Amino acid sequence: MTTPLLSVEDLRVSFSTRRGTVEALRGVSLALPAGGVLGLVGESGSGKSVTSLAVMGLLDRAGRVTGGRIRFDGRDITRAGPRELRGLRGAEISMVFQNPRAALNPIRRVGEQIAEVLRAHRPLTGAEARKQAVELLEAVRIRDAARRAQAFPHELSGGMCQRIVIAMAMACAPRLILADEPTTGLDVTTQKAVMDLLATLTRERGMAMLLVTHDLGLAAQYCDQVAVMEQGRIVESAPPAALFGTPRHAYTARLVAACPRRDSTIASLTPEAPPRPAAAPRKAPAPGTSPPGTPLLLEVQNLAKRYPDGTVAVDDVSFTLQPGESLGLVGESGSGKSTVSRLVTRLLDPSGGRILFEGGDIGGIPARDFHRAPQRRGVQIVFQDAGESLNPRFTAFDSIADPLRTLDGLRDGAALQRKVEDCAEDVGLPRALLDRFPHQLSGGQRARVGIARALAIEPRLLVLDEPTAALDVSVQAVVLQLLDRLRRERGLGYLFVSHDLNVVRMLCERVIVLRQGRIVEQGESTRLLHAPAEAYTAELVAAIPHFDPSAAPQAAVACS
Amino acid sequence: MSAATSGLPPLLRHAGWVLRGNPVTALAMLGTALLVLLALLAPWLVPYDPIASNVRMAMQPPSAAHWFGTDQLGRDILSRLLMGARLDLAIAASAVGLSFVVGAVVGAFCGYQGGWLDRAVGRGVDVLMAFPLFVLAMAMVAALGNRVENIVYATAIINLPFYIRFARTEVAVRRQAGWVEAARAAGHGRAGVVLGFLLPNILPNIAVQISLNLGWAILNAAGLSFLGLGITAPTPEWGIMVAEGARFITAGQWWLVAFPGLALMLAVLCFNLLGDGLRDILDPRMRT
Amino acid sequence: MQVLRRAALRVGGRLLSSVPAVLGVVVLTFLVMRVLPGDPAVYFAGGPSAGQEQIDALRVQMGLDKPLPVQLLTYLRDIARGDLGRSLTTGQPVVVDIAQRLPASLELTLTALLLALLAALPLGILAALRPGSAVDHLVRFLCTMGVCMPTFVSGLLLVYVFYYLLGWAPDPTGRIDVFAASPPEITGFLLVDFALVGDGEGWRAAAAQLILPSCTMALFVLAPLARMTRASMLAVLGGDFIRTARAMGLPGWRVILVHALRNALLPVITITGIVFSTMLGANVLVEKVFSWPGVASYALDALQASDYAPVQGFVLLMASIFVLVNLVIDLLYGLADPRAAG
Repeated sequence: MTTPLLSVEDLRVSFSTRRGTVEALRGVSLALPAGGVLGLVGESGSGKSVTSLAVMGLLDRAGRVTGGRIRFDGRDITRAGPRELRGLRGAEISMVFQNPRAALNPIRRVGEQIAEVLRAHRPLTGAEARKQAVELLEAVRIRDAARRAQAFPHELSGGMCQRIVIAMAMACAPRLILADEPTTGLDVTTQKAVMDLLATLTRERGMAMLLVTHDLGLAAQYCDQVAVMEQGRIVESAPPAALFGTPRHAYTARLVAACPRRDSTIASLTPEAPPRPAAAPRKAPAPGTSPPGTPLLLEVQNLAKRYPDGTVAVDDVSFTLQPGESLGLVGESGSGKSTVSRLVTRLLDPSGGRILFEGGDIGGIPARDFHRAPQRRGVQIVFQDAGESLNPRFTAFDSIADPLRTLDGLRDGAALQRKVEDCAEDVGLPRALLDRFPHQLSGGQRARVGIARALAIEPRLLVLDEPTAALDVSVQAVVLQLLDRLRRERGLGYLFVSHDLNVVRMLCERVIVLRQGRIVEQGESTRLLHAPAEAYTAELVAAIPHFDPSAAPQAAVACS
Repeated sequence: MSAATSGLPPLLRHAGWVLRGNPVTALAMLGTALLVLLALLAPWLVPYDPIASNVRMAMQPPSAAHWFGTDQLGRDILSRLLMGARLDLAIAASAVGLSFVVGAVVGAFCGYQGGWLDRAVGRGVDVLMAFPLFVLAMAMVAALGNRVENIVYATAIINLPFYIRFARTEVAVRRQAGWVEAARAAGHGRAGVVLGFLLPNILPNIAVQISLNLGWAILNAAGLSFLGLGITAPTPEWGIMVAEGARFITAGQWWLVAFPGLALMLAVLCFNLLGDGLRDILDPRMRT
Repeated sequence: MQVLRRAALRVGGRLLSSVPAVLGVVVLTFLVMRVLPGDPAVYFAGGPSAGQEQIDALRVQMGLDKPLPVQLLTYLRDIARGDLGRSLTTGQPVVVDIAQRLPASLELTLTALLLALLAALPLGILAALRPGSAVDHLVRFLCTMGVCMPTFVSGLLLVYVFYYLLGWAPDPTGRIDVFAASPPEITGFLLVDFALVGDGEGWRAAAAQLILPSCTMALFVLAPLARMTRASMLAVLGGDFIRTARAMGLPGWRVILVHALRNALLPVITITGIVFSTMLGANVLVEKVFSWPGVASYALDALQASDYAPVQGFVLLMASIFVLVNLVIDLLYGLADPRAAG
């Protein structure tokens, strides 16, 4: 057997923090042959990014390699000095980072930044380096490369910035590329374009790639070997087909199940049955149960939102929602989906159109006065980042009690106490956590507080604005199950805003696809996902990374 | 809100934890407490009358009888220093309190609401900021008359734009925060959101500014009286004491300037260090 | 070409938008000055004992008998013509007085700012590069102490040590030794004028007079500058693009000088502008301590004599300088940060 290009043996890394030493890696071993693609997947805090940074020697001051060995091309680089690392970085091993805009120097032209990398490793004149930089920009498929080389990062889109980082990483033809969440934060269609580019270029140039990601679908599609990390250890490593088809480790199985795919259902997201199995099966949800003649829960007619600077966020959007129905609102960033959610919850004033809630026009009530309107109780919202949507100075108890105090006029006392505890129990939040502040809760617990707060005053319509976007998949699975159960138990109407078609399909009967503020397509969700009528919807569906055990991983790349 | 009651014991525990890990803050707290105590008890602590002159004892260097020496009129410098602490601290505290209350509320509403009110206040603040602030204070004290309360108003006004701007930006960055929208969804109106949510959240940051500002306010008041504005001659006040001693420094009589100067420095130092420490204690995100 | 035009538009826009602020300052000063106690007509007629006729004549001469709005309009018209009125204490036009004294103030302020920047930038950078090191502790100590020290005390203590104890500094009064010959008035900046006429001895004497007051001022502003440099350098060094630069194998000095420092200096530019404006106001204390014949002490004397015109002129001057400084900072920032050049 030949020596692998990169081999990591029993690597241990710890960080010294104010509260003592924290072990981030507890014996990680992996091997990557020349030209191979290894996926490193795991949830937040699993140590996957630390592994890639340790290989690069880029751990911050607090981090230290306490044991193990990193070999590159047979050479031990575990404790390489600055000089040795400088020769290695960029020339032999290079890295592509998450958040490409921040990864580029904001005040230098992108062409200069690429040329600088070239000159750091090769004896080139300035003019030669600039010429090669433009060629590299062309190689990462940037049109009009000579002009783009003069641009500053803020003048380019996120996807474009990531191409530039890729160009920098490839500049000196390294033999190994470490890609640390290279597409997180990018839209799904951009993500596909960037990943295809990265995969094609590394394959054409015979580079090996270590792809660090939280997205199992992404790893399955682009890697020929996938390693799963949990709490600083690799629990399982196998080719994607085997790993996702027949996971051997319990954690892998849980992770694979939690990851929404084309055929998963809410119930199948967790291997074991949900904590409180609902009585009614998924097939008999609320919408059919509302007797004819009941007014619509929500009717939106020709809704528009224009800003004074001329941008049109929402343009002529109309839809209806039955009591107890769940409607998905899907789109990429800038599609106006969050604006619609703010307009419907009456946190933002529309520039045109009507919003009818249970037959009453609420669009006409100014947002600043809506807190006094009786419908305030009826329409509530759950926000995207639960951590950011909880008042940092409120305990969980206060956050849940807040709407009860303002809208129900409840005073501190036994009644309020009981009510808040009931709410917490409904969303599965242990009573002991009610005294905690948001920063003392985990992501999933914060999401539960956010949901409990929205449900405390028993609204009829709940707007969910990407409620699980900031959560790990296993937490997302549990929260989705909770939301589905609550809806069926209470006959709530959901307006579910998300960028993830798979999630929307599971939770919603109908889906609306938005693009640049306009409705592209709407219809029954399973139909829309399997037989989209519009080209844009089809593109969205195709861009979702998925693992299909039967398909060879390279097939998806080849067609790009 | 019960946040305060349920948060109190952990807050105290957290304060203890921060102080143990940060002896400088503890020292600053102790220093501030001592300073306030000395100022409060000054009338009963002073060894000599701070105003009565005694020409026979003029210009004595520090000795056992006069720890900090005497000035050109034979007055005991220690006694004048203690009585001066009373005045300087009172001026600084009331000026900062005034500008904080007005500035934070106005700034917070402007930052939350935007619109014409924000623009109008912004213009006013621009005008104030275009003044050399210390000169503005000088002019105001001169215009309003040489009285202590006018120093307070002048100091408060020159600090006002600062608080308005600070509160405005701090609120503006939080205006779109999820928890603010959540508060609106929970039925809070404008006043409720600003006073109940935004102000308490920017308070730790403002507390730091207040503490630093107390230091500046003391320097400002002392600077005014050093120039002969605001407080008049026999009153014991640190700035005046430095001004009176200035004439003798080229003759080597250092104690007239050094002790009030040192007192000023220590007071400002305590407030500044306290500001940094307060931030660690008040921010619940630092608490675990 | 386009860059130049955009810059010109920017300058124009900034100047235009600062007009209301300057106008506000002028009106506010005018009103405050009119509230000042003491009737200047009485003051300049030689006290209350002067004849009522004489006082009334002075009132008419000074325009004090007209209603307030008319006085204000007259004042604004005069300003537009470049006439700031006449000082009653010196008997000269305020413009002339200020023109004579402004170089003294500017020489002091600019020297102090230069000294402060020369010390603060390296200290702040070194502290940020080695957090927790001896340099870092020294910088943090200096910053803490620097903010606490009132200029009028630190100035006097410097005089005590360097003039009385050590005898290194000359008599701390004025810009130039009483027995020394002044250079011919070219720019009004003594150091420049002496250098222009090639008078080495005079230059050294002027520099010796300048060193203590400018050090006093520099100590005062060292703290905010060093603190900001350190904080901004630390923030930039923790940034993603620094990690990228390292990951691409750029040499260490290049990462620090080209990537970190240039970005870290952006907020330092802003704070330098603020510091400069603060110094203009705080000048008055240092000028008083060192009997420096600058504009601030001129205004203070006028203020104590209820002499309106110089004070109004001084405040207008300060506001204009403030606007100009902001403009320069803005332009510098626009050059240094492509994101700001909109």
